[in-house]
Amino acid sequence: MSTIATRETLPLDRRKFLMRSAGAASLIGTGLAMPAWARGVHGGGAMARKGSDILSGKQLTMKVADSAFATGGRTGPAVTVNGTLPGPLLRLTEGQNLVVDLLNNSSMATSIHWHGLLVPFQMDGVPGVSMAAVEPGESFRYEFPIRQAGTYWWHAHTLQEPMGHYGPIIIDPAGGDPHRVDRDYVVMLTDWSPLDPHALIKKLKVGEAPFNFQKTTATDDYPLSGADRRMWAKMRMMPTDISDVSAPLYSYLINGHGPKDDLRFAFNPGERVRLRFINGSAMTFFNVRIPGLAMHVVAADGQDVRPVEVDEFQIGNAETYDVIVEPTGADAFAIVAEAMDRSGMGVAMLASSEGARAAVPPLRDPPLLTMADMGMSHGSSGPEMDHGAMDHGATDHGAMDHGAMAGMDHSTGTESSGMDMGSMSMRDTSLLPPDVKVGPGIDMVSMNPVDRMGDPGIGLGDIEHRVLNYRQLVAARMNTDMRRPTRMKEIHLTGNMERYMWSFDGKKFSAVTDDPLRFAFNERVRVKLVNDTMMAHPIHLHGHFFELVNDAPHGHQPLKHTLIVQPGGSAQFDLTANEPGDWAFHCHLIYHMHNGMFQVVTVRPLDAGAD
Amino acid sequence: MRKTIPIGAALLLASAPAAAAAQDHDHAAPAPAADDTCPMPDHAAMGEGAMDHGAMDHGDMSACRSEADEQLMDHSGMNHSTMAGEAPIPQTPPPPEAFEGPAHAADAIVGAEKMAASRAAVAREVSGMNLLWIQGERAEYRAREGSDGYLWDIQGYYGGDIDKLWVKSEGEGNFGEKPESAEVQALWSHAIGPWWDLQAGIRQDLTGPERTHAVIGLQGLAPYLFEVDAAAFISTRGDVTARIEAELDQRITQRLILQPRAEIGLSAQDIPELGVGAGLDTVEAGLRLRYEITRQFAPYVGIEQEWKIGHGADYARAAGEDPSATNYVAGIRFWF
Repeated sequence: MSTIATRETLPLDRRKFLMRSAGAASLIGTGLAMPAWARGVHGGGAMARKGSDILSGKQLTMKVADSAFATGGRTGPAVTVNGTLPGPLLRLTEGQNLVVDLLNNSSMATSIHWHGLLVPFQMDGVPGVSMAAVEPGESFRYEFPIRQAGTYWWHAHTLQEPMGHYGPIIIDPAGGDPHRVDRDYVVMLTDWSPLDPHALIKKLKVGEAPFNFQKTTATDDYPLSGADRRMWAKMRMMPTDISDVSAPLYSYLINGHGPKDDLRFAFNPGERVRLRFINGSAMTFFNVRIPGLAMHVVAADGQDVRPVEVDEFQIGNAETYDVIVEPTGADAFAIVAEAMDRSGMGVAMLASSEGARAAVPPLRDPPLLTMADMGMSHGSSGPEMDHGAMDHGATDHGAMDHGAMAGMDHSTGTESSGMDMGSMSMRDTSLLPPDVKVGPGIDMVSMNPVDRMGDPGIGLGDIEHRVLNYRQLVAARMNTDMRRPTRMKEIHLTGNMERYMWSFDGKKFSAVTDDPLRFAFNERVRVKLVNDTMMAHPIHLHGHFFELVNDAPHGHQPLKHTLIVQPGGSAQFDLTANEPGDWAFHCHLIYHMHNGMFQVVTVRPLDAGAD
Repeated sequence: MRKTIPIGAALLLASAPAAAAAQDHDHAAPAPAADDTCPMPDHAAMGEGAMDHGAMDHGDMSACRSEADEQLMDHSGMNHSTMAGEAPIPQTPPPPEAFEGPAHAADAIVGAEKMAASRAAVAREVSGMNLLWIQGERAEYRAREGSDGYLWDIQGYYGGDIDKLWVKSEGEGNFGEKPESAEVQALWSHAIGPWWDLQAGIRQDLTGPERTHAVIGLQGLAPYLFEVDAAAFISTRGDVTARIEAELDQRITQRLILQPRAEIGLSAQDIPELGVGAGLDTVEAGLRLRYEITRQFAPYVGIEQEWKIGHGADYARAAGEDPSATNYVAGIRFWF
C-alpha cells in the first residue's frame, strides 16, 4: 500500500490522496457543510466536487452541467464538466487518436478549446471562428490525433470558462519521459468569484476599478511622492491598476482548492517531483514560489526547455510551466501562488508526512506600475537587450544577467517617476501606424515601447532571488524552421481603462470579422506586439506554437502558445503559419477578450499541407 | 523503507533518458539532434539510490544550466552582430496566397448560415455589449435654517461603449411642500475621446413655469481625475443658461472617500420669473464624506453652501429669501 503511494507517478488525484490521509473526513466535510438552500439557489446544480478525476483512453465523454461551488465560506454559480472543478484531467499519449463527446447538459452554450494542442481548425472549439457554440441539450464530437506531448489544458471558449469549465491535459511522450521523476503532479491555478461573469463584466465597465482595494489613498504606505501622485492623477491613470479583478472578490484556487482547504501533495525526502503548473485563471497572473526550494523549469507551454533554476516565476493566464523540485531538509514546503497584485494567494503543501505543514509567507506589499509600464523606458528601443539601461542600474551588477536588466528598468522607473510630465504626451497618436484606428478606445500610446522580453513581470523587478524571465527560455530541441522571417507584422494592443474597452489596433472584433490577420501557408513571419496599455496582456494564438524572439541560440527560440506582453513594452515572436484554417488570436484575460481584444488569424490556402 | 523504494522507481525508469534523447515530441519537428538537449543528469546517480540525489542533481543541473547560459550568451552575441548587418525585416502585406480560399474556413464544415449567425453572436458578445447603469450620485436629506429639505441627483444610461441614451434627473424641495425644482434630461451621449462624451438632447422642467430646453453638453473625466458635467440649455422661451459641475473623489482609505463638489449656474439674460440673473447666477460648494460599505452603496454626510449671485441674489431678497444658504446633508450614493 505504502509502496504504491511512494511510487505514485501519476498526478495524484485529490480524492485518492485524501483517502490515504487521516484528514480526509474533515476536509470532505468542509466542502459539503453547506445549507441546502445555498446548494439549490444557483440554478439547482449539484455542488461541484473539488479536484479533477482522470480520463484516459481514446474515447472520452465530457458532460457540462450547471453547478454550484463553495470555497472560503462563499457559494456561487459554477459550471462543471463531469461534476468536478476543475474538470477531468485528460491523460493522453502522444500519437494516439482522441474522440471526445461533449454533452451540454447546462443552461448555456458551451464548447471546449484544447489549449495548446495542434488540432484541425474545425476541432479547435471556438464559437464564431471554428464552430458554432454547442447549445444546451446538444452534443459535439471532437476527433483528432494527438501530435505532441507535454502539459496543456482545455477550457470553454465561452463565459462558462471562468465558472469552472476547464481542466488539465497531460500528454505522455511516445518515446518515454525525458525526465525521471518520482512524482508528477498537476498544479492548476485558477480564480473563482461567486459573481456571474456577466455581472462582473458590467461592474468592470461602469465602476471605477471596483474590485481594487489597494488603491492609493491619503493614508497608504506606497513609496510615491506627492508629485508622483499628481502625475498619475493628471494622466487619469492609477499606478495600482495591476489586476482588474482581485481578492477579496476572487478566491485563488489550486486544483479547485482554496487556501483553507489544506491541499497537500505527498513526497518522500530526496524524491524528484515534477509540478505541472497551469494558469487556468480568468483574470489573474500568479507569482509562484516554494520558499526553501529551487525550481528547475523544464518545460514552458508544454514544450521542453533547457532546465533553468529559479526561485520564483510569474505565470500569465493560459501559460504552463513544468518544474522539477527535490524537496529535502524539511517535511513540508508551501506552494505559494500569489496573485500578481498581491491581493491574495493560492496555497498548497508539499508534505512528506500526514501532519506536516510549512509556514505560509504573508502577502508581499502590492506593486506599483513604473515608468517602463507607461511606455517610457529610458533605454533604446528595439528588439535587442537594453544595454543603455545599465547606466541607471542601482542593483547588483555582479549578479546581472538578461533578467536583471529588466529589473533595473523597474527601479529606474520608480526613482524618476516624479519627473516632469508636462511636456510629454501619454497619447501621441502620431506614433501609431496608419492601420491603427484612433478613437475613444485608445487612452494611451507607448512613447518608447522597448522589448521587455527580459522582464520578470510586474512587481518582480526588484526581488532578491532568482526570477524567471523569457530570455532564459531556450528550446531543448532544435526548431524545424530556422528561416529568417520574410515579413514583419506589427500589432498594437490597445485599450481604455476608464471605459474598459480593449482591442487590437484600436479595432474591436465586431469591426474586423471580415478583416482577419492573414498569413500564407508556411509563411515565416515575425510578429511584433506593441502594448499601448498599462496592463500586461497574455496573448494567445490558437493552433500553433510560435517562437519567442528572445536572443536564444540559433534554432532554439522557445516555443510557446501564449506570450505576455509587458505594459508599455513590446515583444516579438516568429511564426511559421503551417496550420491551415481560421484561428482565434486574443488576450487571455477573459474580460479583455470579451471586451474586444479578440481577432482571427487565417492561414490559407486551406488545402495546403494536406498531403 | 523510504530509501529502498526510490531505487525501485529509479530502476523502473532507468531506460527513460536514453529513449527520451531520441524521441520526437513535436510532431512538426522531426528528429531533433540529441546533443542539443540538456538531459536531466540524475540517471548517473541511479545505482546509488536516492540518498544523495539532491546533491548530485543540483550540481549537475547547475553545470548544465551554465553551459546552456554560455551558449546563450555566445549565440546572442553572434545574433547581435549578424542582425546589425542585416536589413530589417520589411513590413509588407501578406502574399497573395494568404487571400485565397473561403473568407471563413468553418463555413464549409458547419454551414455558412449557421457560422454567420455564430460569428455575429460572438462579435456582439466580445465587442462590448449594451449595458444599463443607474447611479444615485446624491440622494440626501438637507438640514438647514427654516424647514429641512431633500435633494435627488440621479443619472443612468443604456448603451454601448460609444453611443448611449443618457437620462438625468435632479430636483429639490422642502418636506411637506411641492418640489422647488425638478427636471429630467434625455440625452444622446457619444464618446468623442478616451475620457469625454458629447451629449445632446432635451430637458423638461417639472416645476415652475412650463419650460423645455434643448441641451448640449460635455461629460467626462478631466486631468487630475475631476468628474465634469457641463451643459448649455436653450429654453422654449429662448433663454440661454448653462451649468458646470465638477467633483473629485479623494480617497482617505479604501472605503472612506471625501468628495469636494462645485457647481455654477450661468445665464445669458435675466429671467425674473425663475429668479435667475444674468451672468454668474448661482454657486454651490460642497464637501461630502462617504463610506463605501460596498463600492455600490455608500452613505455620506456633508455640508453644502449655496449662493445666489448678482441679480439672482436681488430676486431672492425681493422674494424674502436668503440668497445664501447652508445645508447639512446626509444621504446615500449608489449605483447598480
